[in-house]
Amino acid sequence: MRLSPGPQRRGGVAGTPRAWLRVHGRLLASGFRRGAAYRGAALGGLVANVTFGFLKVSVLTAAVAAGGGELGGYDEAAIVAYAWLSQALLGSVNLFGRTDLADRIKDGSVAVDLLRPLDVQTATTAQEVGRALFQLLPRGLPIIVLGVLVGGMRLPTDPPTLALGLLSALLAVVLSYLLVYLVAASGFWTVETRGLQVLYMIVSGFLAGLFVPVTLFPSWLYALAVATPFPSLLQVPIDVISGRVDGAAALGAVGVQVAWVAAAFAVGHLMTRAGRRRLEVQGG
Amino acid sequence: MADLDQAPARAGTRRSTTALAALAAWWRPYRAVLTSRVRAQTSYRGSFALDLASSVLIGLVELAEIWVLYRSVDALGGLDLAAVLLVFGIADTAFSTADLFVGHVDTLPRYLRAGTLDVFYLRPQPLLAQLVTSEISLRRVTRIGVGLTALAVGLAVNDIAWSPLVVAFLVVVLLASTLTFAGLFVAAAGVQFFLVDASEMTNAVVYGGRYAATQPASVWGKPLVALFGFAVPIAFTAYLPVVALLGLPGAEWLPSWLGWLAPLAAVWTWAVALLAWRTGVRHYQGGGG
Repeated sequence: MRLSPGPQRRGGVAGTPRAWLRVHGRLLASGFRRGAAYRGAALGGLVANVTFGFLKVSVLTAAVAAGGGELGGYDEAAIVAYAWLSQALLGSVNLFGRTDLADRIKDGSVAVDLLRPLDVQTATTAQEVGRALFQLLPRGLPIIVLGVLVGGMRLPTDPPTLALGLLSALLAVVLSYLLVYLVAASGFWTVETRGLQVLYMIVSGFLAGLFVPVTLFPSWLYALAVATPFPSLLQVPIDVISGRVDGAAALGAVGVQVAWVAAAFAVGHLMTRAGRRRLEVQGG
Repeated sequence: MADLDQAPARAGTRRSTTALAALAAWWRPYRAVLTSRVRAQTSYRGSFALDLASSVLIGLVELAEIWVLYRSVDALGGLDLAAVLLVFGIADTAFSTADLFVGHVDTLPRYLRAGTLDVFYLRPQPLLAQLVTSEISLRRVTRIGVGLTALAVGLAVNDIAWSPLVVAFLVVVLLASTLTFAGLFVAAAGVQFFLVDASEMTNAVVYGGRYAATQPASVWGKPLVALFGFAVPIAFTAYLPVVALLGLPGAEWLPSWLGWLAPLAAVWTWAVALLAWRTGVRHYQGGGG
């Protein structure tokens, strides 16, 4: 079955900007509730994130100690904050590259999504982001509390820094799902995207600074990392939240995130347009 | 249903056939499944090639993470870069080999949720054996290659007093570590019967274990030593054998002579694994089909 360029984005339920916001707000809320439905999964994720957190803190603080109390601009408190904040964000920022959409493209049920009078990219992203934001409650907050209580992590509490930190974290979550959408949407051409998904998982985690802060990279690798959107997924929000980067530099870092969000959205939009002409659902 | 699981796999074999023929007959259905899985995995050629490349890349990235840390320090937890390369090589080779043969048992929650596990009960073969042979993760082959390369380089750059005993020790350690990780996968799968949705909880131990295995255990605090030193004997898979081999001092609570006891860790893990698996299977009530 081939789909002709359908009624999508012309009129429909999301015709006006207000209607668009209302529909996507509902999708965001439904994603949030969907996340809330799997409490066991959230608990499992928390246990995994905490365990990795302790392992990361041990090796990173040992490295700081071996470096004479300072390593690439990180002292012990800064590296502890880095380790726990990265674990706290991990439940919400998609560094795994997996989404339901990839499966829906593979098994053909994406045809139903394309028939809806909604943009597939914005609709799936809204739902996924809603689900991810819920994860901040069972997986993000407890880890931050743990980091403060057990790890001795200190965080800035002045409202502007806090607000900018939250904005940066939100942008990281949205960016991650826009990037993962690109991985899934490549399935319009390749059907099976597992290989690409794994590639995304490896590259994004490393260049986002999941195990080692990007700022510790040698200069050539650092240059390579900052040429990609991945540092905007962890390194940037962590730097902004922890106050390691502040003032104009923090605003600049968030600006870079906004630019990557816009770029990822634009590429995804073009891919969706081209992909719906390319899509062939077998047996439909 | 449960007694079907216990049905012996002797159908078709006769008392007069040799043990070898019996083994071949026992192995035939597993081989058929595995051959089909190999064909299935290689059918999306592009994706499979990318999978193989990705596995290499994962290994390289993990090495890079270690290297980035060691760029600014001489030693971490008493291990220099050469020693930690050896730890990484042993841990990664063992984990990837276990993952290749057994790793897919972590898809059990998917079968549990979909109710498709019951299909396995209809076949006259042991459940665990079926699950283990239901898949072979071929893409791990290249990952083992990375581990073996790191191991070879690690063995070359460290000052090792070679002797037949050292060779035997390394072979035993690799075997024991692979078994330990395989047991870890099975133990995690057994717990899945209770967790179902919370499957990520066992990832803390399995994949957390893989990460922990490449670390010098000497940097751990007491809770981590209790968890990954003894309860889940990850320190025995690579760190302790390496400090024993290189004659380095071990850590508090983890003296280096414990490295000689790597096989005990495998035995302990498998005892826990089989107990977890048995308890899980007995707990399972069927998918309602």
